[in-house]
Amino acid sequence: MKILVPVKRVLDYNVKPRVKSDGTGVDLANVKMSMNPFDEIGVEEAIRLKEKGVATEIVAVSVGPAKAQETLRTALAMGADRAILVQTDDEVEPLALAKIFKAIADAEGPGLVILGKQAIDGDNNQTGQMLAALTGWAQGTFASAVDVEGDHVSVTREVDGGLETVKLKLPAIVTTDLRLNEPRYASLPNIMKAKSKPLDTKSPADYGVDTAPRVKTVKVSEPPVRSAGVKVADVDELVAKLKAMGVHS
Amino acid sequence: MKTLVWVEHDGSAVKDATLAAVTAASKLGEVHLLVAGSGVDGVAKAAAGIAGVGKVHVADNAAFGHNLPENIAPLVADLMGSHDAFVAPATTTGKNIAPRVAALLDVMQISEILSVEGPKTFTRPIYAGNAIATVESSDAKLVLTVRGTAFEKAASTGGSGAVEAVSAGGDTGISSFVGAEIAKQDRPELTSAKIIVSGGRALGSSEKYQEVIVPLADKLGAALGASRAAVDAGYVPNDYQVGQTGKIVAPEVYFAIGISGAIQHLAGMKDSKTIVAINKDEDAPIFQVADFGLVDDLFSAVPELTAKI
Ligand SMILES: Cc1cc2nc3c(=O)[nH]c(=O)nc-3n(C[C@H](O)[C@H](O)[C@H](O)COP(=O)(O)OP(=O)(O)OC[C@H]3O[C@@H](n4cnc5c(N)ncnc54)[C@H](O)[C@@H]3O)c2cc1C
Ligand SMILES: Cc1cc2nc3c(=O)[nH]c(=O)nc-3n(C[C@H](O)[C@H](O)[C@H](O)COP(=O)(O)OP(=O)(O)OC[C@H]3O[C@@H](n4cnc5c(N)ncnc54)[C@H](O)[C@@H]3O)c2cc1C
Repeated sequence: MKILVPVKRVLDYNVKPRVKSDGTGVDLANVKMSMNPFDEIGVEEAIRLKEKGVATEIVAVSVGPAKAQETLRTALAMGADRAILVQTDDEVEPLALAKIFKAIADAEGPGLVILGKQAIDGDNNQTGQMLAALTGWAQGTFASAVDVEGDHVSVTREVDGGLETVKLKLPAIVTTDLRLNEPRYASLPNIMKAKSKPLDTKSPADYGVDTAPRVKTVKVSEPPVRSAGVKVADVDELVAKLKAMGVHS
Repeated sequence: MKTLVWVEHDGSAVKDATLAAVTAASKLGEVHLLVAGSGVDGVAKAAAGIAGVGKVHVADNAAFGHNLPENIAPLVADLMGSHDAFVAPATTTGKNIAPRVAALLDVMQISEILSVEGPKTFTRPIYAGNAIATVESSDAKLVLTVRGTAFEKAASTGGSGAVEAVSAGGDTGISSFVGAEIAKQDRPELTSAKIIVSGGRALGSSEKYQEVIVPLADKLGAALGASRAAVDAGYVPNDYQVGQTGKIVAPEVYFAIGISGAIQHLAGMKDSKTIVAINKDEDAPIFQVADFGLVDDLFSAVPELTAKI
């Protein structure tokens, strides 16, 4: 079984995002970019399925600028077999992304597509579910466990009240949650090896997908800032402050 | 504009998150509801009582019993023939279903709206709430999810919606529900609690969480929360997690105990009315947002607080 793993290049999660003063977006010039953390978890899960003998080939896909190659090389260094860069300098919305991934799925015939549950920049939490709709496949979102059993996959999902398990017919879509696994670091020899693994470059037009945005960003602004309050000297002072607000047993 | 609001329920009662979605939808136009499930007469009646509600579409079918998006999304897409906007609470259920509906309608969804600025214009958080985007849709129909803490809850009584049965849809046969482990809590729900007591990695063990955090929450009638680090370390179950990828909360009072204040945690609680932080590191970032900060060892300070409050 082949596994398709979409990976997005995003602002590193340790970097504090800064809104540009002209209100057009977040400043991404000269800041550290990394693979979306949920996508690292997706790559790791695919590799584990390959190590278990369930998967035979892992194809990493990224939609983005030429630099997204670095993100794909990271996926290859972790253990993906080959990569596809769908190169564009435009911001591509989840619906258009899902259409691109659908076209790639049609061409590649994967048994599973493993996406992140959300990208930590756009925070949309949509792409996997949309891809599931377009392919007509079942979806196991926010996964904390994935078990392939014959022609089905059983997915344990993190839901508001706790955990839920669903059984899906393959091929299927999975989106990762944080506790699915702990992604490995690529070793130096694997980073070297990744440089010679195949990486194809395509364009959205190759897949017949129009990426013109449906949603216009009118402006991007700073959230209301919350200012620090006071430090209390001890528990007694805290108790007094809380009681003054009506908070007590 | 006619909106269709997804009613989130547990089989017997309407969940609070629905009420915030109703308020958001009422800013767009007429509010219709969809109650889908198996044996949902009671829920439909309760939903019809929500203030300001017009029609309540009820799809009662075993295939809709566990909110499987494979079965629900086509049902919603079908009903969207006569509605202009689909509005769901941004809960794990809403987030699972709404994008599948959007793609079936060839619409780009707008996730986790914070406000309605115009008929097609909304604000929403990006980058874990470190930036707020104002966005405008150009699609013919709208698909929205609504952040529950950003809208007042509609009154759950006083309405008189007309209940109408929907016969469409059924089991697509590609997915099935196996089981769930839903924690039974005698406490307020995290997302609607007035007071939340959250513990972080500093607790060190599940026993310490029980011993230090739980008694304070008990005394205040508070809900229990945690940082991701505390959940990952197994001190508490995953549904306790507050943050960018956990629950978004905005209680009257939020206690952050032994939590450093990483941006991903702040994303989930910084709209709380009052934040109380207890941390032994006076430079912990949590103090930058705390109304009351106490620099102290939690293992002595919290039991003392519990005794004195
Ligand atoms: C300030 C700002 C302004 C923006 N303005 C616009 C605009 O005007 N027009 C516009 O079209 N877009 C715009 N965008 C981009 C847009 O908001 C999202 O980044 C984009 O829609 C993708 O959503 P997401 O990554 O949040 O998707 P999610 O649905 O959260 O992503 C889920 C998963 O899908 C996969 N995935 C997502 N993106 C990719 C990718 N590129 N390659 C491979 N896999 C991927 C990953 O597995 C990821 O974990 C803007 C973004 C920002 C931050
Ligand atoms: C993609 C992604 C998503 C994430 N989503 C979330 C999320 O939704 N929610 C979330 O919480 N995190 C999230 N995180 C993790 C986040 O970055 C932090 O790692 C996490 O919040 C840290 O938890 P903590 O504050 O409990 O632990 P730490 O950062 O280790 O802080 C522990 C604190 O306890 C204090 N302390 C130690 N001992 C004592 C004592 N005896 N008395 C008093 N204070 C003491 C320390 O000074 C320290 O400040 C996410 C991370 C990523 C990469």
